[in-house]
Amino acid sequence: MRGVLAAAPGTNADVIARECIFWILAVASVGAALAMILVRRAVHCALMLAVVMLCLATMYAMQGAPFLAFVQIIVYTGAVLMLFLFVLMLIGISSSDSIVETIKGQRMAAGLVAIGFFVILILGIGHAAIGPAAKPTAAQGADNLTGIATLIFTTYVFPFEVTGALLITAALGAMVLAHRERISPKPSQRELAARRVASGHLAPDPSPGVYALHDSADRPALLPDGSPSDLSVSTALSQRSVTGQPGFVPPEETIEIEADGGAREIEPSGRADS
Amino acid sequence: MSPVDYVALSVILFVIGAVGVLVRRNAIVVFMCIELMLNACNLAFVAFSSMHGNLDGQVIAFFVMVVAAAEVVVGLAILMAIYRARRSASVDDANLLKW
Repeated sequence: MRGVLAAAPGTNADVIARECIFWILAVASVGAALAMILVRRAVHCALMLAVVMLCLATMYAMQGAPFLAFVQIIVYTGAVLMLFLFVLMLIGISSSDSIVETIKGQRMAAGLVAIGFFVILILGIGHAAIGPAAKPTAAQGADNLTGIATLIFTTYVFPFEVTGALLITAALGAMVLAHRERISPKPSQRELAARRVASGHLAPDPSPGVYALHDSADRPALLPDGSPSDLSVSTALSQRSVTGQPGFVPPEETIEIEADGGAREIEPSGRADS
Repeated sequence: MSPVDYVALSVILFVIGAVGVLVRRNAIVVFMCIELMLNACNLAFVAFSSMHGNLDGQVIAFFVMVVAAAEVVVGLAILMAIYRARRSASVDDANLLKW
């Protein structure tokens, strides 16, 4: 591990280990990146992106950039990706892509553009004189952190200052964009009571699970005539289709599930989001 | 391990990210693909840094990470604003400026 993280001592076995690790990580990252653009659900996409980022972090460590490797894990995988997942959960976990092409022939064109772009880039690399790796110095091993700090605070001190301004602007922008102005005044208790009387529905909504076979929050209550009540299930649950349609309870299937141990995931009404 | 391999891998990842930006319709997924492209650039920078034996490439990669973090914060806030207004995260639904 020491040899992988820091400079290679020059033995044969170390080179082979590096080659092996590189190819394993390369295949894993390209596979995960391909899966990222192929899977339909955004959460799976985020997980694939995490795999790519971790692979890249290991590659940074192999190339004598331990500081960047840890920043990659902490900032990218830890913060940025969690931000993605956070927004994903806010927007709705079931927000998956539609598979219809809105512009005709767009995928075909995108594929062609990608192939052309790839060829151009590979040709560019082929023409460029990319030499072998320079002899690893101390700056790529134990002195990496001090080396980067020296560069940032001497040569690149002005870009670093500008980066601070950029971050402050971004934070301000996010606050402005996320702020929601209250357009109407907050309703008082008197107005709420009047609204409730005017709606003609004085009693509170029925609780979920009343007279039903389960008492979970996603199970609609049964009315006296045996029909399920849509009012009893929170709209947040039915919108995200955690359990499918709230009004749909096949009684005999529910009893079967109850008999073999109450595994709720395999209920047919729970599969509506796949 | 030659830096050419790393640069080639970064090219592949960059192209995959570009395809994702062109093909996917969910705005969050488009953002993730942009992140993938930025990461591919970082990999190339680090490879060049190890090729030259100095740390400038690593510092640039560090700056790229900072800019990417700022971009994600503002982008996701815009996305939340659009979602609040239109109840959708699809790039096809944000079409008010379309002529």
